[in-house]
Amino acid sequence: MELINSIFVEPFVLMADIPDLFLQTLWEGFVSGILYALIALGFVLIFKASGVFNFAQGIMVVFAALALVSLHTKFGVPAWLALLLAIALMGLLAVGIERVVLRPLVGQPDAILLMATIGLTLFLQGAGETIFGGEPQSMITTELGLPTGVTDWEPYDNFRVTFQHIDIAAVVIAVLMVAGLAVFFSKTRIGRALRAVADDHQAALSVGISLNQIWVIVWFAAGIVALVTGIMWGARSDVSFALEVIALKALAVLILGGFTSIPGAIVGGLIIGIGEKVFEVYWGSLFGGGVEAWFAYVLALIFLLFRPQGLFGEKIIERV
Amino acid sequence: MFYREAGQFKTSYAADQSIFPILQDRIGLGLIIATAFVLPVFGSDFFLQTLMIPFLIFALATMGLNVLTGYAGQLSLGTGAFMGVGAYSCYKLATIFPDVNIIVHVLLSGFFAAGVGILFGLPSLRIKGLYLAITTLAAQFFLEWAFIRVAWLYNYNESGAIEVPQRELLGVAITGPAASPMARYYVVLALVIFLTWITSNVIRGRIGRSWMMIRDMDIAAELMGIKPLNAKLSAFAMSSYLCGVAGALMVFMWLGAAEVESFNINQSFQILFMVIIGGMGSLIGCFLGAAFIYMLPIMMRALPDVLGIAMDASTTDHISRMLIGALIIFFLIVEPHGLARLWQITKEKLRNWPFPYS
Repeated sequence: MELINSIFVEPFVLMADIPDLFLQTLWEGFVSGILYALIALGFVLIFKASGVFNFAQGIMVVFAALALVSLHTKFGVPAWLALLLAIALMGLLAVGIERVVLRPLVGQPDAILLMATIGLTLFLQGAGETIFGGEPQSMITTELGLPTGVTDWEPYDNFRVTFQHIDIAAVVIAVLMVAGLAVFFSKTRIGRALRAVADDHQAALSVGISLNQIWVIVWFAAGIVALVTGIMWGARSDVSFALEVIALKALAVLILGGFTSIPGAIVGGLIIGIGEKVFEVYWGSLFGGGVEAWFAYVLALIFLLFRPQGLFGEKIIERV
Repeated sequence: MFYREAGQFKTSYAADQSIFPILQDRIGLGLIIATAFVLPVFGSDFFLQTLMIPFLIFALATMGLNVLTGYAGQLSLGTGAFMGVGAYSCYKLATIFPDVNIIVHVLLSGFFAAGVGILFGLPSLRIKGLYLAITTLAAQFFLEWAFIRVAWLYNYNESGAIEVPQRELLGVAITGPAASPMARYYVVLALVIFLTWITSNVIRGRIGRSWMMIRDMDIAAELMGIKPLNAKLSAFAMSSYLCGVAGALMVFMWLGAAEVESFNINQSFQILFMVIIGGMGSLIGCFLGAAFIYMLPIMMRALPDVLGIAMDASTTDHISRMLIGALIIFFLIVEPHGLARLWQITKEKLRNWPFPYS
């Protein structure tokens, strides 16, 4: 009886009692959901175009952010130039990955490609530590012109919701980037070629689209998404390799949203972000806390049993 | 010249189907095992403790993952957690039943890991490939969390770590701080040889064949009368059993005490790398891969001293990580069958040597 009470009654009473805490939790969850969605977006871009499940997306986020910070703090490059150089580095990385990893592995089973990207993860991790150092660094937020303040929304007494400016900026930038990608995909020549490749490799080849070129572009786009994610996430906490483990949560997001759907990645990210925060705050004590670590994966596991293709995914999943 | 099967005639089916049909292979294996048994006489305690014991334990864990990934074709990223289940259940068993022999506990603890493995293997009946990899990731993070939060598992210890109690076998301490590396080495060696023997026979038998059929083409296997349910779950069970025993050995025979960090996602990846580099679907590959991945960082650490270059320890660590990452990609591209395939090629060459064109 007490258990049922603490599962089904108490959390909701708490929500109604202290509405500002609930709103604050929702906002926190929303922002981290946006960041999960951004990482998942990088996965989806690459998966759609090349069928490669890019395990290295998480480390790419760390790598890009570390490169940006280190260029500024260690090598004394001005912030705007460091940003440009980081973008150039991601481009270089895209070309390198296409040449060295993807091209020789064309046509291999998915699992082999996945393991290759796990190898890539290790390589980038080692390279990042060797070049930029392994210790956590703080993001150069003010140098990049990002806001840092705090706004309290206090319509009446005993009701206060706090908004970090950087969080608001993260949401705005994420929305802008997704909108930009949508325009890029639907209006430009390269975007249409990308969609053609995502639709059918053979047919795209037969109308003269170069697959290799498309792969480079897609990995570059994913690299830029990674850079933006890294900046935003680094501004909220530190830039460190611990981010990589958090980035694995994007895999759970993908299960929810479907591997091939950009709207799916966003909705999935929001569900996971908000869900885990709310679950942690209101139900976490039942499990002794710390449920954030596995909530996303267990939700994905349950989801897999009932709707393996995700919310918006294509229905061609291989059933056994 | 000397490695050739010419003249070795088989007069019974049993001889024809034996696991090592060539006499030289049997002699070679006997030599390797004999060397392994006399090694402590020449090697120092340090050598046993830092190289041989972990190598054997990792080889066992690699074998566990190889059963699942290499033979049954189900990718798993939760090996570390299954090792953890073995370690924690062995610890619980050893503290609840202190009078029972510790070897029995180690072997029993694998069954708990097998049970958990079957539970998390259930989704494999509906999904496969990348989706399955993510469900095993769920197992990894959920179990890791459980190891921290369920205080009962580590007997409400202040530190949250499990510490190995002292146990004896035939009057010789084999676990705990008083146990000599030599005693622990012999226990690990005996168990690993025993489990390798069991595994190799399971793989050659009906169950192992059904795993390989599922791996190669599940629909065809089902049409030929293989039940995917039985094949996949038995693969998960066997794999988790071996991983669980490896985890128990890791804590009881090598580390002496362990925290959750020993069973985190990086451990899972490390075992996966051992499988890839060693060769998927090969038992000898498990040993080669474990030796390679485990020893490479150690040798990398020694390298700057040998070359006379000043380099701090963390830099060599980072570089060796980079190197392993590059090697994994290299192996996947150039030799997807790993070191085991190279070993086979060497044997082929040796068979024709010194007249390769005859």
